[in-house]
Amino acid sequence: MSLQMRSTASADAGARVFDLSAAPVRELNAALHALPPDTNATLWRVINPRGLHAIAAGVDAPVTIEVEGNVGYYCGGMNKQASVIVEGNAGVGVAENMMSGLVHVKGDASQAAGATGCGGLLVIDGNASARCGISMKGIDIVVKGSVGHMSAFMAQAGALVVLGDAGDALGDSLYEAKLFVRGSVASLGADCIEKEMREEHKALLAEKLTAVGILGEVDIGEFRRYGSARTLYHFHVDNVSSY
Amino acid sequence: MNDLTNTPRTLPRVSATFDEYTLSEIRRAAATGIYDIRGAGAKRKVPHFDDLLFLGASISRYPLEGYREKCSTEIVLGTRFAKKPIELKIPITIAGMSFGSLSANAKEALGRGASAMGTSTTTGDGGMTQEERGHSKTLVYQYLPSRYGMNPDDLRKADAIEVVVGQGAKPGGGGMLLGQKITERVARMRTLPAGIDQRSACRHPDWTGPDDLEIKIEELREITDWEKPIYVKVGAARPYYDTALAVKSGADVVVVDGMQGGTAATQEVFIENVGIPTLAAVRQAVKALQDLGMHRKVQLIVSGGIRNGADVAKALALGADAVAIGTAALVALGDNDPHWQGEYEKLGTTAGAYDDWHEGRDPAGITTQDPALMARLDPVAAGRRLANYLAVLTLETQTIARACGKSHVHNLEPEDLVALTIEAAAMANVPLAGTDWIPGRNGNF
Ligand SMILES: Cc1cc2nc3c(=O)[nH]c(=O)nc-3n(C[C@H](O)[C@H](O)[C@H](O)COP(=O)(O)O)c2cc1C
Repeated sequence: MSLQMRSTASADAGARVFDLSAAPVRELNAALHALPPDTNATLWRVINPRGLHAIAAGVDAPVTIEVEGNVGYYCGGMNKQASVIVEGNAGVGVAENMMSGLVHVKGDASQAAGATGCGGLLVIDGNASARCGISMKGIDIVVKGSVGHMSAFMAQAGALVVLGDAGDALGDSLYEAKLFVRGSVASLGADCIEKEMREEHKALLAEKLTAVGILGEVDIGEFRRYGSARTLYHFHVDNVSSY
Repeated sequence: MNDLTNTPRTLPRVSATFDEYTLSEIRRAAATGIYDIRGAGAKRKVPHFDDLLFLGASISRYPLEGYREKCSTEIVLGTRFAKKPIELKIPITIAGMSFGSLSANAKEALGRGASAMGTSTTTGDGGMTQEERGHSKTLVYQYLPSRYGMNPDDLRKADAIEVVVGQGAKPGGGGMLLGQKITERVARMRTLPAGIDQRSACRHPDWTGPDDLEIKIEELREITDWEKPIYVKVGAARPYYDTALAVKSGADVVVVDGMQGGTAATQEVFIENVGIPTLAAVRQAVKALQDLGMHRKVQLIVSGGIRNGADVAKALALGADAVAIGTAALVALGDNDPHWQGEYEKLGTTAGAYDDWHEGRDPAGITTQDPALMARLDPVAAGRRLANYLAVLTLETQTIARACGKSHVHNLEPEDLVALTIEAAAMANVPLAGTDWIPGRNGNF
């Protein structure tokens, strides 16, 4: 076990520092999974992540895990309760299937960010690649940059907020997830339409922006809302070209 | 002028190409404009285990005493990486069938029957129910493209995890559950509006290809602290390569499901025309394991049209470690039972042919979410029937194994088999009966 006590610039003196160049991800995750609900070890600093996969996957404790650098696939996968802060870029499927808590990527995120997430908040300060929020099931995702093609594909629930632009086929085969985009949308996917931004939607968007702490910084009036036209909810011969 | 009355007439001739079923399908298509959807597996005749025979004992091989000498059936799955491999008393497991496609009572009955016989059940597209976990001593949790209901708590409650890449009935196809079966409870478990026609994804959302799959499996192992065996299930399409890639990706167990394998609801054209027969898939999967030096280290489960102990024994002899059953288990519970003939007729079908499982009107209370129909299935009695059936499959498998002189069903081997047809000989890679000819022996597949 390569746990050492070390104080760092950003972390308080009690932070546990885990060096991934000295011990494998398995040891880090085993230590995080073993934390009792009332643990005192609430602040973790992971150094030398070097793009390794599954960092802080499956954590279920109210702790903060700061990762100093870039992470590989599935960082914070299936997270419950924890706050995972990535001070770098994230690989495929960051925060996939998150249940609750926070995953905050300070750089860019690769494909399928927040895929199938059921709850919690995923914040990406940079851009997210293709399929951001694919099959999302209740997670909220706020991307301060732009998202790639097929984002929110088959998205079922939750909100995707994009401050930049969205790529092709946004919201293809969408169910009930709510999409807010401030910039341009290259094209909408099957059954995804622009919808009126009513007061309730503005309030919802404000709530998401508040959660990220940027409510005052962006103008809600600049966002457009997209959602499901619900025409594919029932098999119909007239829709075959969409199937 | 011809005298029509005295001219001999030919009999009305029905086309072999445009047979009655085909004509009815053309009329149905013309009337509705949408493809036919149904449950169950391929119904056309394809080369199958029926086309193989066991040789039994002779002067050079001696048998074991039928009722006295031990012929073991227990198996261990997940010995490669999992800290907690699964131990089963019989080499016959219950395949993944979703809550949603099946009623809660049917799922409970599967759990009861399987647990009584010391074997496992499997969840399906739609998540894990409490009833199912409660009634299944050993439960395999499916990790599907849709990820409906997926969560780390259920993942940890499971005894094994099955990453579903595909199904034999529809390799390359996603799931379908039509509105009639999306009740409030089913909808809640899937985070979907009630009553809509639902199509589950056919591709996993966050990985593509074997390199990603390897990382995905690593993540699942990390989340569950390397305890659970991880299976990879593929529909029989390219079983040699899919098995090899599953092994490369880190699977503990590979599940290969042939084209006869059942489904809850898929397009008829898909069921009947995509994928290869179970018989053709087994040897290719086994060969991949052997070529990698992983046979018996990564276990192989074969499914698709397993009906009796002979099928089980043949799959094992060809090199599988276990089989899985879906359709046969449902029939044991009471699916398509002649007892409900009157009701099947009202639905325009007959007992034995009823396959409109997606409509949710199953008279036997199995492929339905209708509370009144579901109440017809007593989970205790149905579970008992399944346990009986599993006991018979096991006894039959042992009967054949003893006749071949084997003290464990896993000792059955291809050398115990011959084929009745050239097709089966080529597919199963065993000699045509009465010859030493294995078509294609020196060639590639
Ligand atoms: C009603 C029903 C529902 C099924 N649901 C699933 C499912 O959710 N996931 C899956 O991988 N396979 C599913 N299958 C396929 C089975 O797991 C299995 O591959 C197949 O039934 C084996 O073939 P057999 O029916 O001939 O025994 C389902 C099959 C049936 C009959």
